[in-house]
Amino acid sequence: MKIGFYPGCSLEGTAREYNESLKEISKVFKIELEEIIDWNCCGATAAHSLNKDLALALPARSLALAEKQGFNEIVVPCAACYSRLFTAYSELNSEPEKLEKIKEIIQIDFKVTSKPINVLEFINKYIKPDLKDKIKNKINLNIACYYGCLLVRPPKLLAVERYEDPMIMEEIIKITGAKPLDWAFKTECCGAGLSVSKTDVVNKLSGKIIDDAINRKADIIIVACPMCQSNLDMRRKSINTYLNKKLDIPVLFITQLIGKALGLDSNKLGLQRHFVKVSPELFMQKGISSDSVSNKIGVEV
Amino acid sequence: MHTELNAETLNLNLKHKIKKDTGEDIMLCYQCGKCTAGCPLNDEMDISPNQLLRMLQTEIPDLEEKVLKSSTIWLCLSCETCFSRCPKEVDLPKIMDYLRSESMRQNSVNKKASDIVAFHRSFLSTVKSVGRLYEIGLIAGYKARTFHLLQDVNVAPTMLLNGKLKIKPPLIKNRSEIAKIFDRIKELEEKEK
Repeated sequence: MKIGFYPGCSLEGTAREYNESLKEISKVFKIELEEIIDWNCCGATAAHSLNKDLALALPARSLALAEKQGFNEIVVPCAACYSRLFTAYSELNSEPEKLEKIKEIIQIDFKVTSKPINVLEFINKYIKPDLKDKIKNKINLNIACYYGCLLVRPPKLLAVERYEDPMIMEEIIKITGAKPLDWAFKTECCGAGLSVSKTDVVNKLSGKIIDDAINRKADIIIVACPMCQSNLDMRRKSINTYLNKKLDIPVLFITQLIGKALGLDSNKLGLQRHFVKVSPELFMQKGISSDSVSNKIGVEV
Repeated sequence: MHTELNAETLNLNLKHKIKKDTGEDIMLCYQCGKCTAGCPLNDEMDISPNQLLRMLQTEIPDLEEKVLKSSTIWLCLSCETCFSRCPKEVDLPKIMDYLRSESMRQNSVNKKASDIVAFHRSFLSTVKSVGRLYEIGLIAGYKARTFHLLQDVNVAPTMLLNGKLKIKPPLIKNRSEIAKIFDRIKELEEKEK
């Protein structure tokens, strides 16, 4: 099966391991992620903060290109890109005047038929149904599933049920054998786009998230957004300085965790790319239950 | 004395401009305070989210000016918590977007927000020339605008080692189309003026 793919800028750089692990697990399910040719940046926080036309026009161009390639659905793994693309998709579908204006701006005629889906929708629809049969290594970890903002909000636009306490990730990772935890910060904001311009805000907000996950005895945190991952992982040193603690809990993408459960090679899943190292011991002692067929995971990490 | 609706008073009548531009009706707010209670950055802001809405409801020019000059509108992370909890479904993040662009247009940007604006500008100028985000270009532009020359020098080497930093800009094929999108929007704005 082929499906449209909008990687977004982060997945080409700071969140390479998200891209790598998503592609690896898709391969197992015989799904080919076909990139939108010549896609461009969605404009992110910068565009919608400064200019509302730009905030629609930039994602609209990628939606139009996807349509020309004949995709009904496009997987958008970055939660921030997904939010921008989905906002454009729904506003341009419901407001014909806006669509005319944007078509004029981007100079491409299109009907807005390619629907962006986020990584959790993608996994739910195309991976979860057959996941159980393909598990090779049961994961035996306590996991804090962290959603952040843009996978669940605004609920009116995204039509997400239980947006204050979503369970989509929990339901997915239970199949791998992992134990999802009940915790308080799963939909709190990490500090998002202020990572560079106001790092102190990220220290404070992300610090609370990591602290709570540890207090609930989580072994790892899993995420589905490159901004959340980089704030919780890349900013860990400054978060630790701010909190005056040494918090070393790893932050993995949900796709990396699924990849481990499928028995895939750690390096292919990009586990070596994290700032907070994913320790081999963690996987060796706790990561695999005693009935597991292979203990390779720990060695490879 | 009869106050005339001159350009300046119209300019400051934010409540109506917001309604016209975003479709959001500020008068729906009945000050329950849920937005402020849930806002992750409320204690950093100079005006609380619910106060900001109340100030705009009054249509008092001085208060409107304070809103446009506040740090609040720039600190808002667009996390959408307020909107998802608002019993009257006021889309506050959308209003914040409007207030930010209006604050820029009127040259009223809060001094504390200058780094944030510099970051947004550097980001967009990279996208305009490359078509995608180029981190090195973005950070160089940001540092040139803010003189925060030493910021993040400690994470950059590890990013490189982890294969997370692209050396070459990820140029897209039709990047001139992206620059044209920026230019057309600018032309449209000038026409509207």
